[in-house]
Amino acid sequence: MKNAIEVRGLTKRYGDVQAVKGIDLDIRRGEVFAFLGPNGAGKSTTVEILEGYRKRDAGEISVLGVDPGRPTREWRSRIGIVLQTANDAAELSVLETVRHFAGYYPNPRDPDEVIAAVGLSDKANKRVRQLSGGQRRRVDVALGILGNPELIFLDEPTTGFDPEARRQFWELIEGLAQTGSTIVLTTHYLDEAEALADRVAVIAGGRIVAEGEPATLGGRDTAKAVVTWEEGSVETSTPTKTIVELSRRYDGEVPGLAVHRPTLEDIYLKLIEAPRD
Amino acid sequence: MTDTATGTAPSRTAATRAMPSALKLGLSRGAVETKMFFREKDAVVFTFSFPIILLMLFGSIFAGPLEGSGVTVSQLYTAGLIGAGVMGAGFQSLGIGIAGDRDDGTLKRLAGTPMPRSAYFIGKIINVLVIAFLEVVILLAIGVLMYDLDLPSQVSSWVTFAWVFLLGVTGAALLGTAVSSLPRSAKSAAAVISMPFVVLQFISGVFIPFTQMPEWLINIASVFPLKWMCQGFRAVFLGADGASLELTKSYELDRVALILAAWVIGGLVLCLTTFRWKGRRDG
Repeated sequence: MKNAIEVRGLTKRYGDVQAVKGIDLDIRRGEVFAFLGPNGAGKSTTVEILEGYRKRDAGEISVLGVDPGRPTREWRSRIGIVLQTANDAAELSVLETVRHFAGYYPNPRDPDEVIAAVGLSDKANKRVRQLSGGQRRRVDVALGILGNPELIFLDEPTTGFDPEARRQFWELIEGLAQTGSTIVLTTHYLDEAEALADRVAVIAGGRIVAEGEPATLGGRDTAKAVVTWEEGSVETSTPTKTIVELSRRYDGEVPGLAVHRPTLEDIYLKLIEAPRD
Repeated sequence: MTDTATGTAPSRTAATRAMPSALKLGLSRGAVETKMFFREKDAVVFTFSFPIILLMLFGSIFAGPLEGSGVTVSQLYTAGLIGAGVMGAGFQSLGIGIAGDRDDGTLKRLAGTPMPRSAYFIGKIINVLVIAFLEVVILLAIGVLMYDLDLPSQVSSWVTFAWVFLLGVTGAALLGTAVSSLPRSAKSAAAVISMPFVVLQFISGVFIPFTQMPEWLINIASVFPLKWMCQGFRAVFLGADGASLELTKSYELDRVALILAAWVIGGLVLCLTTFRWKGRRDG
């Protein structure tokens, strides 16, 4: 099985709202895949269907070879889910929580080792209630990876983090990716997708509007660069040539020289603007 | 619920070991639920103090024997409040507790793990049994020490106590589980669930004897389990002397058993058909 996830023709409707309008997708084993998209674009619905939380209206789906519309315990033990908002079990300590959840899995990782992996060893005996928001997310991740999952879902894992906590969290995710697990994450942060994901899909209006590597998404690598300097700017596909000419004109240093390539954010904003219907 | 592993695709490690059993995980959840309950000091105080304060209040106000029987008013209240305490642990605490679990992400998180869903309910039942048992012990201790309540000496009375307690707790817990789906959020749960419980206590003979109540209210109360649970506990703790105080001059233990059992079955059906693992905001 080359693909961890295969989706064909997925649709889902809530009342009058067609939340997902036909999604096709392959996520390869061992890759880090990010879903990008504005709120209400169908991102969470799609992921929750893949996680086995929601029923779909139509489409063929295979997640680790199993239809998530009929989740079994065996299948659940092979995936790990890190939820977006959870404030449960606040009166247990970190160690008690992780030990208890380890009991659900047929072959769990060592609780102490998992707590160390998410960087909470010195908080192991603290009640979850006493932890900061970032530390709580680490407990969520600990519970998500506890069962030795082949596939991990992370739903907006760093929302509300300060920049330092986000960097530390990224390192944690990169570490997980290196163990060979497939990682599917949703995020609002384009720098996060760029830093972590091998491939991204942009969902807007219930459809995938672009899919690919962050560096080449939406023709980003072939888009024209903008060269600006103190007295002007020019859009060009050959910025080096422009700079050489400018350098000749100024006889050396070009005052205020800058070259802009479209950022992932530029591409993203253009992509999600188009399909509003 | 034996939804054990049926997937066909072998995993890298999991396939070699069996899934932990639902009973084992249910016991494990019971331990964790009980631990969490006793660490939440507010809830502990709220749950245990209510019937205790009421018992001491009523016991002090209405001292002395009831006319035409060898029973004191405080003995009557002890029996009634044991019923109310059991119902409180099963219906009120559990209903509010599950509504909270639905709101704070506990249910969603558990549904995403390989935990069998039955383990959650086994854990809750254990938690309720522990709370209800402690409540009964405390109320009996107060009754015996302060209000001359005589603990029955015959084995048959304790057998009656055991089945009234178990049927009552189970029925109340199933109703509490079913009612937990009604409130829109954890915040509204206390109001939505406590209100009917308070009304039920007033019309079920916990505080006010049936002899002072209009017939239509008695008829309403007779539909719900609290009246029958209290009647069963009166049979245990007031004995033959108190039977003359009952409306029908009898404790009607056969009807108590029948109606409590009917609520257990009805509650189970209600739970199986209406229980939501998701909050309303989750759609």
